[in-house]
Amino acid sequence: MNEDKVLMEIERKIMGGDFQSAGDVSSELKKVLQQVGFPPSFNRRVVIAAYEAEMNVVIHAYRGVFTTKIYEDRVHIEVNDQGPGIPDLELAFQEGYSTAPPHIREMGFGAGYGLSNMRRCSDKLEIDTRVGEGTKVIMDFFLNSDK
Amino acid sequence: MKVSQIVEPLKAEIVVGEKIEEQDIEGGYCGDLLSDCIANAKEGSVWVTIQSHPNTVAVAVLVGMPCIVVTNYQEVGEETVQRAQKEGITILRTSLTSYQAVSILSSLGIPGTKRRG
Ligand SMILES: Nc1ncnc2c1ncn2[C@@H]1O[C@H](COP(=O)(O)OP(=O)(O)OP(=O)(O)O)[C@@H](O)[C@H]1O
Ligand SMILES: [Mg+2]
Repeated sequence: MNEDKVLMEIERKIMGGDFQSAGDVSSELKKVLQQVGFPPSFNRRVVIAAYEAEMNVVIHAYRGVFTTKIYEDRVHIEVNDQGPGIPDLELAFQEGYSTAPPHIREMGFGAGYGLSNMRRCSDKLEIDTRVGEGTKVIMDFFLNSDK
Repeated sequence: MKVSQIVEPLKAEIVVGEKIEEQDIEGGYCGDLLSDCIANAKEGSVWVTIQSHPNTVAVAVLVGMPCIVVTNYQEVGEETVQRAQKEGITILRTSLTSYQAVSILSSLGIPGTKRRG
């Protein structure tokens, strides 16, 4: 990876089950991206993926840390949680697959689209997960990609 | 079209709406699954849904939708109201079903829109 300059770095905690402030980290990120002056279509895909990663911690994990590094021409996001982990990643990526319980589904979550939204919106997606320990989601977004 | 112009046709109650005279609507989206809406709804849309949970406000902010129309007369809780006030999102509440609400918005000339890509 080239050693380009980090314009801004944001690190925020996310609490599992905290639906009250769920989405706040992604909202803050959206504002920061707008201030930096990236094009709206780029910001939109970063924010969709960020929101899905944030919500997966709120819904499925116990707690997590959300880190964003903003460079001149790319955005790097890491979401590291302590939680149950994902036993079968391939299955988890299938659209419509969700382990969200009924009371979570009633709120409109648990469609099973989160991970595929992340894959579609990011230029690079890496997931490192350990059952019983937690999950790390790493995403990169390049300004000059054709997405 | 301004948000203020859809209130009466929808027979809606204004739950939160200090900015309805200024807010522009350029299109509409209908859906109750948040992951679907965040991925597909387009900025500037009115969002018709039965969801009234605080996180719908977060989705509206992230997409850039000025107005949520809560259908079937679903209860809108205090947390949702506070979050909408803070973020400047309008919430209208109607006893119409989502289908009925969309029909009316469509007859007013508001097109269904979808995010590209
Ligand atoms: N951080 C995580 N920790 C543990 N399990 C996870 C995590 N993220 C995803 N999963 C598992 O993968 C499944 C699919 O995730 P995905 O985000 O695609 O859908 P969802 O969260 O269930 O629903 P949606 O995102 O549409 O609201 C989840 O139901 C859950 O079982
Ligand atoms: Mg999800």
